[in-house]
Amino acid sequence: MNTPNSTNTYPHAPGFVAGERPRIVTSRFEHADSYTLQRYLATDGYAGLRAALGRPANEVHDEVKSATVLGRGGAGFPAGTKWGLTPQGVFPRYLVVNGDESEPGTYKDRLLMERDPHQLIEGCLIACYAAGLSQCFLYIRGEMALAQERVATALNEAYAAGYVGKNILGSKFSLDIVLHWGAGAYVVGEETALIESLEGNRGMPRLKPPYFPAAIGLYGQPTIVNNVETLANLPWLMRNGAEAYTAIGTKTSPGTRMVAVSGHVKRPGVYEIINGVTTFRDLIFNEEYCGGIRNGNKLKAFVPGGGSAPWFTEDQLDVPFEGPQAGAAGSMLGSGAVMVMDETTDIPAAALTLTRFYAHESCGKCTPCREGGTWLERILSRIVDGKGTDADLAQLVEVGTSICPGDFPHASSKRLGLDAVPFPYKMNTICFVGPSAYAPINSALVLFPEEFAARVTKRTMIPVTAVGAAS
Amino acid sequence: MARLSEENVRLANEIIGRYPRARSAMIPLLHLAQEQDGHVTNEAMTHIGELVGATSAEVYGTASFYEMFKFEPVGKYLINICGTMSCALMGAEELMHHAEHRLGVKLGGTTDDGMFTLERAECQAACTEAPCLQVNYRYRFRVADADFDSLVDDLKAGRLNDEIPAHGTVARVRQHIPVDRGVGAVPPEDVTEAPTWMDGKAAL
Repeated sequence: MNTPNSTNTYPHAPGFVAGERPRIVTSRFEHADSYTLQRYLATDGYAGLRAALGRPANEVHDEVKSATVLGRGGAGFPAGTKWGLTPQGVFPRYLVVNGDESEPGTYKDRLLMERDPHQLIEGCLIACYAAGLSQCFLYIRGEMALAQERVATALNEAYAAGYVGKNILGSKFSLDIVLHWGAGAYVVGEETALIESLEGNRGMPRLKPPYFPAAIGLYGQPTIVNNVETLANLPWLMRNGAEAYTAIGTKTSPGTRMVAVSGHVKRPGVYEIINGVTTFRDLIFNEEYCGGIRNGNKLKAFVPGGGSAPWFTEDQLDVPFEGPQAGAAGSMLGSGAVMVMDETTDIPAAALTLTRFYAHESCGKCTPCREGGTWLERILSRIVDGKGTDADLAQLVEVGTSICPGDFPHASSKRLGLDAVPFPYKMNTICFVGPSAYAPINSALVLFPEEFAARVTKRTMIPVTAVGAAS
Repeated sequence: MARLSEENVRLANEIIGRYPRARSAMIPLLHLAQEQDGHVTNEAMTHIGELVGATSAEVYGTASFYEMFKFEPVGKYLINICGTMSCALMGAEELMHHAEHRLGVKLGGTTDDGMFTLERAECQAACTEAPCLQVNYRYRFRVADADFDSLVDDLKAGRLNDEIPAHGTVARVRQHIPVDRGVGAVPPEDVTEAPTWMDGKAAL
């Protein structure tokens, strides 16, 4: 509707913006029928699977390992290494596909499921073949009706055509892929909560250790949980090889990744960028991407990696999409979601929209998150409404510190003469929901203290009895 | 109101058969119940418990954790306006305010004619198309006040019946694994060997 460059935005995949950059996972998005088996087969579909099945499983695993396909769900752990964490000789092993995408600002997996479901299915098949996983459960977020319909249709087509099920392509490789869908709970994106949910339980994260469900996962068996985008990389990788894959991007962050840029930019959209090379400045200001801030306004701050990530300002624009560099700068790349705030943004109110999200989504298992998240939301609401006092500011920090002890990561600021505190944080909770409720508040308080100072009133102590009056 | 119908029991058993343990089918079956009655009834939860081997309390325990399951009737159209950061930056609060006035209900309320329930959703994964909303989990992007008004008019007049089913139905396409193509689910304790293709040789 109000997209400046509408020729690049396909009406059937709103949000996605094409370009002349290498495209590994979005190569079919410009076709109106990109989700059909017919289109898929006409554009190298299932050729990666055929290439994989022509080699022993351990060789396919090695190929993925040497390509260093970083996990695209948030933690950035290499997929090939993760597959290798399953204990030797313990079977059955399962694959659970994390399509429960709900991190604020993120929506690459939804597009991949809606626009290219066969690519995801092919990725699942390659992963199961390589790592010896005997059943695959594809868990799609409950609210994503179209994604569920497209993946269900694609699976039905793929079963009928012999790409999924018994003796795939006439080989000895047999695999069922089961479509599973959720019912609305952010925390289920945490991999052990995802497994709980898949077992028919309340979606609460499991106690750690074990740190990876690769050791003990679904039904107590070794389980690999991979993100949708991670798996969507595998067909291209098997067709073109690890060498071609690592030729894109940098040594530590090869390939591409999808990033959704939303908020106050001229051309918000989902872009496939080059890992390790593209910087936040490129993404926000270059014409081939977002083309700068709306109405010629100034950039105030941006969230670099989904709602859980500490914020950056113009001082961090030259940080590339490279995990360790973003970490040293005080944040994380997370799930590939940038939310941009211009100079008109009310910072405490913006932080509240995120804190409210995490307070609402707390599963209630850990006290610091269950109680702390709600406290943070209430105190911040009070401040945003102009009813806060300076004691409330101290209370925010106290509650935040009870969720995450020690220094909370934040970016450096030239304006305030501040050094960065690198990622990650220490936490008193099992998963990242609790810390995520505090992350926006800490960033807002540290980087924009004046906006809070202007908002709160000084609290004057009015003692009931004047000090010294009793004597 | 009702236990699962005969046809839904058939579907339920097909779904249960895909999992190594029946209880894994719990959430899909709850969706089936909600599709049947518009919300999840006590009788349906008891029935689901019988089908998957859980008590009705366990079924309710699971169901009540998840936002999408409703235990009281809601409007034919559940309108979820996103309120998280990207949408808030682009005017979601103002849209919510307009929606409350247009429908004459407060956030969380249902209109007297039972047509609309208005809720605030958390991030719906359409952040670049802000502000966005979902009607029974079908998207509307970059929604201006006038767009909201025409959406309400269209829904009332039945002009969107083909695109947007009544509340309860999410996906209208079901997975179906043909008997002759499926591998079949096996309880984990019945598998101890590595899969046949892990023999160090190419599968093809």
